[in-house]
Amino acid sequence: MGRNRRLIEIWVGVFVALGFAALFGLAMQVSNVQFFDAREGYEVELRFENIGGLRARAPVTVGGVRVGRVAEVGLDANTYEAVVRVRIDDTYQLPEDTSASIYTSGLLGEQYIALDPGGLDFYLQDGDEITLTQSALVLERLIGQFLYQMGDSDD
Amino acid sequence: MTDLLQRIGARTLGIAERLGRAFLFLLRALAAVPSLVLRPGLVVQQIYSVGVLSLVIIVVSGVFVGLVLGLQGHTTLVNFGAEQSLGVLVALSIVRELGPVVTALLFAGRAGSALAAEIGLMKSTEQLSGMEMMAVDPMRRIIAPRLLAGFIAMPLLAAIFSFLAIFGSYVIGVGLLAVDAGAFWGQMQDAVDFREDILNGVIKSLAFGFVASWIAVFEGYDAEPTSAGVSRATTRAVVHTSLAVLGLDFVLTALMFA
Amino acid sequence: MADPTAAGDVLVEIRDLHFARGERVLFDGVDLRIRRGEVTAIMGPSGTGKTTLLKLIGGQLQPASGTVHVDGENVHALSLGDLYVLRRRMGMLFQSGALFTDLNVFDNVAFPLHEHTDLPETLVRDLVLLKLQAVGLRGARDLMPAQLSGGMARRVALARAIALDPTMVMYDEPFTGQDPISMGVLVDLIRRLNDSLNLTSIIVSHDVAETARIADRIHVLSGGRIVESGTPEALYASESEWVRQFMHGLPDGPVPFHYPAAVGFDDDLLGDAGSRRAS
Repeated sequence: MGRNRRLIEIWVGVFVALGFAALFGLAMQVSNVQFFDAREGYEVELRFENIGGLRARAPVTVGGVRVGRVAEVGLDANTYEAVVRVRIDDTYQLPEDTSASIYTSGLLGEQYIALDPGGLDFYLQDGDEITLTQSALVLERLIGQFLYQMGDSDD
Repeated sequence: MTDLLQRIGARTLGIAERLGRAFLFLLRALAAVPSLVLRPGLVVQQIYSVGVLSLVIIVVSGVFVGLVLGLQGHTTLVNFGAEQSLGVLVALSIVRELGPVVTALLFAGRAGSALAAEIGLMKSTEQLSGMEMMAVDPMRRIIAPRLLAGFIAMPLLAAIFSFLAIFGSYVIGVGLLAVDAGAFWGQMQDAVDFREDILNGVIKSLAFGFVASWIAVFEGYDAEPTSAGVSRATTRAVVHTSLAVLGLDFVLTALMFA
Repeated sequence: MADPTAAGDVLVEIRDLHFARGERVLFDGVDLRIRRGEVTAIMGPSGTGKTTLLKLIGGQLQPASGTVHVDGENVHALSLGDLYVLRRRMGMLFQSGALFTDLNVFDNVAFPLHEHTDLPETLVRDLVLLKLQAVGLRGARDLMPAQLSGGMARRVALARAIALDPTMVMYDEPFTGQDPISMGVLVDLIRRLNDSLNLTSIIVSHDVAETARIADRIHVLSGGRIVESGTPEALYASESEWVRQFMHGLPDGPVPFHYPAAVGFDDDLLGDAGSRRAS
């Protein structure tokens, strides 16, 4: 009986350890765990006229290298501008005159924010705002403009 | 005509009565759970029966579901030239849905039926009654540990299932079908959120674990103390659990991801 | 409700007990006193609810009305906690034995000790072996219940029932389905344990001869009431024809051999039934 119980306890221990290891594995390998960058890094606010299909957790890159991700997407009730808050890793210091654009990876891929660092010696702090932004390219709008210009050139 | 109405009415009343009994039973069982602090060994014993003994079927099914999903996903995605997104497809469907749901269904078949049969037999052989007369509360000694063990074991089983399924699809996708390993993991990590996807999956399987073990122990405890009654209770435990899990999954999915 | 008569040498006192299962009235005003230290038998034909009576005494069922006092305490007025305390002083031997099938003989007997005491393992071992010795099964300690014969299983269950040294032991049909030898062993054992351990025993049975051999007093239950009480000798010589029929096991008497039928034999089987007389 005593031996048996010990064996059962060992098995249950192994089982629980396996379960938690699997959960940990899922967290680390499958998802991009947020509880690490949730604390580290600083937040910056970006204002866009139109963000297209940008969603929370989209990557934020500088020169193609990811430096952070979108934390929250909202709307300014007064100006009707899209307000995008991004969280940027502490290891990257960006000048205050950095500009931002929204691009699409591939033709139908995910949308992301590309930052273009400026040349100032002052760096962005937590809570700062980037105003130099270029909106997302919305395909329908592009087509509309194209057709309009075609009509123009006809005249 | 009135006969039919009467039968429908009686049926409905019967269902309501069973539901009420199941709920009262749950309250009594939950009231007995705190006493387990003094007897953790009882819970460990039950985690062994419902968790460890379910490992084989969970491991095998997990790997195979992953393999199949990898294969099928690839065949479909390749038509759109999107086979590099295989990781996303597989990970999201497993972590959000297949992991918790399939684990719960397997749990119902493997552990739920065993629980119902065990308790039903204990009842029909007067073991529960005997325990009561020995001044041992079966709620504390038998029911509560099993309820708690199912609740604990289910999310762990689901995590193991999901992990192995994703691993299985990795083996197929990257090993056999030449999906780029970097794209497989990288896109997966971009798309899968820890809080939104993985934690919600865990919450789902906690809910399933609770419901599955509740139904199983109730069906056993409520079984008619005959061999036919016990076998009916076992069947009911599996069928009702499966239905409850699927229904609950729909509700939870609507709440979480809509 | 304080009851002066419940004290003293009366251990169990049942007053005006009513109980029904669905439509069927099982007890319709049962009054019964069981004295301390005696072997009391409650007898009656099958289906009179003898087992139910034990469950009522043990507090597993709730009566419609009436009271059951055990050792001065009103069983059905106790809180669940107090009821469990009281039950530690009751042992019950179920008809099937109700042994835990996943535990061996030793662990079955040790079960109540482990559940209710913090005794060191060596002491538990000694106590268990003592109880098993008392029922003659010390050598069977490592067997599983499935390996036991019916009589042995009942003796193990008996060892378990007396593990906590109860004040009283209730036996539910202890002799049913036993071969003559194990029947003899059980009969002897119940009497011996009662006297050596200072128990009070309540036997529910319809095996007249065996029960009468060891009972100090027999109560005969019929139609929801106690119809007669007394020593076995007194009952064998009862004035009531019904009691005599029961005690001597006569095939016919006040309880007819034939279950009452709506139509007489001649009409039912020999004539063309129903069409002529539908009374």
